[in-house]
Amino acid sequence: MNAVTAVFADTSVIAKRNVIKIVRVPEVMVFVLMSPIMFVLLFGYVFGNAIAVEGTSYREFLIAGIFAQSVMFGATFTGAGIAEDMQKGIMDRFRSLPMSRSAVLAGRTISDVVYNLLSLIIMAITGLAVGWRIRGSFLEAILGFVLLLVFAYAVSWVMAYIALLVPSVEVINNASFMVIFPLTFIANTFVPAEDLPGPLKTFAEWNPVSSVTQAARELFGNIPPGVPAPDVWSLQHPIIYTMIWVVITIAVFAPLSVNRYKRANRR
Amino acid sequence: MTATISATGLVKRYGEVTALDGLDLSVPEGTVLGLLGPNGAGKTTAVSILTTLLEPDEGQATIAGVDLRTRPDEVRRRIGLSGQYAAVDEVLTGYENLDMIGRLYHLGKARSKTRSRELLERFDLVDAGDRPVKTYSGGMRRRLDLAGALVAEPPVLFLDEPTTGLDPRSRIDLWAVIRELVAKGSTLLLTTQYMEEADQLADEIVVIDHGTAIARGTSDQLKSQVGGDRIDVSIDDADQLGRARAVLERVAVGDVEVDAPVRRLLAPISGGAGTLTTALRALDDAGIAISDVGLRRPTLDDVFLTLTGRRAEHEETSEDDAGRESDPRESTSSGAPS
Repeated sequence: MNAVTAVFADTSVIAKRNVIKIVRVPEVMVFVLMSPIMFVLLFGYVFGNAIAVEGTSYREFLIAGIFAQSVMFGATFTGAGIAEDMQKGIMDRFRSLPMSRSAVLAGRTISDVVYNLLSLIIMAITGLAVGWRIRGSFLEAILGFVLLLVFAYAVSWVMAYIALLVPSVEVINNASFMVIFPLTFIANTFVPAEDLPGPLKTFAEWNPVSSVTQAARELFGNIPPGVPAPDVWSLQHPIIYTMIWVVITIAVFAPLSVNRYKRANRR
Repeated sequence: MTATISATGLVKRYGEVTALDGLDLSVPEGTVLGLLGPNGAGKTTAVSILTTLLEPDEGQATIAGVDLRTRPDEVRRRIGLSGQYAAVDEVLTGYENLDMIGRLYHLGKARSKTRSRELLERFDLVDAGDRPVKTYSGGMRRRLDLAGALVAEPPVLFLDEPTTGLDPRSRIDLWAVIRELVAKGSTLLLTTQYMEEADQLADEIVVIDHGTAIARGTSDQLKSQVGGDRIDVSIDDADQLGRARAVLERVAVGDVEVDAPVRRLLAPISGGAGTLTTALRALDDAGIAISDVGLRRPTLDDVFLTLTGRRAEHEETSEDDAGRESDPRESTSSGAPS
């Protein structure tokens, strides 16, 4: 088996193993199914009636933001999974095998795309049930979902690197909360970025979570005509800006993580 | 021709702590080396280096003729590792675990499948093979973990404390499996905290402490250094301790140790049970009443005491025979290199 086919073969073995684990562990499955439903319903009904957004229903505005936040949290699964494998010694076994050096991490990040895809499907169904509508073309909507998944995939590599540095499931969960909550709240996910005060506004405008949310909103056709375009480049060109982040993040964190994996002896 | 496992001058430091301090090891083809030492002696660090998990700060090693530093990938093709933590996935079934490892060794789909079934049979896990590993007992997990190391039939095996945390019955079962492997020609490096285990399985034993070898030789050679078996006698009357000691000195091959507060004497002997009978008769003739007596094999503690003048510190594990029956994770939970 040559090096390139080995990478794909090994990655798919690892990804398959991780997907089996998602499906077979009831606690995880319940989390996959319930938390997206909960998010959509809670935010939709608790905030949905209290906040008014110009020209559209808040609930419709909100859905893309909830999608973005959920896939971000889905990406933390990568970190927790890697930390668990390190703690249980399975990582040592993988590292002692003549397998591709990037396969464990690539397989993990890919299986978490599967996880996020499941949760997006459930959120979309729940969203449709509470009145969210896709008003653009079908193709654009698919592109919107793909963009969300690709964005989360990049975040997975950041989480992989953190987990290899600090292989503790508890620390990973706490740390990802502390990073992901601010990132997903200081953004246009739940309120329009223009409404935020001073420095928070600037942060939110350039926050890639905002751009992916903005892109998804546009692609789902959830921005009503007549709403003025944002006055920053990042939100005027959200797809390009998001993709720049995705490419840079993966280009930086994938090699860093693989390099760290090679030396990730548990001790 | 060089040995199958050959290492010289391995050094590994973690900040202030020197885990390995110039360790040399050599294991000829088809033999078993027992690396014996207490927790924290550097056993796991040595295994981690030799299995490419960890890079040494200094030193060289070759595995089956392949240089560890320049061609780690080639080394990984030739080795199987079974760690002290049973590194199997609890959610997967036994079969799925082995098949996954087979695929990652690039055995090919069909070969990996047959090999996994073969190993389940050989390790007496056929009935449990399609159950998730979380339903397995500690002994079953260890057997599966060991089976994982054998999937690709590597010529060199590393077993890091394969029986730590197992109950005596499972330990003996696992010994039988390991003996079978060696009979088939595998070269094996085994680490253990138990003298008895090294005695049972190893052709040669290296005793390590603070990351260096403090003694090496066959089990017999080490025992003769330590004084072989010991007669362990407790007597009723403290006033007779001196006389009992004089009697025992006649049969002993070294100094008789006296533990006065508990009225106990330890006499190193060389003749086994026959000498014990002689000693008992002599004590009886001298009118010394005995409350307890036994023939004690040298333990790691004895080896240590003789070699270093101090007892082997078991640190967190400090397990005795009773303690070993508990949950395996409990007694192996130490995160420190051992």
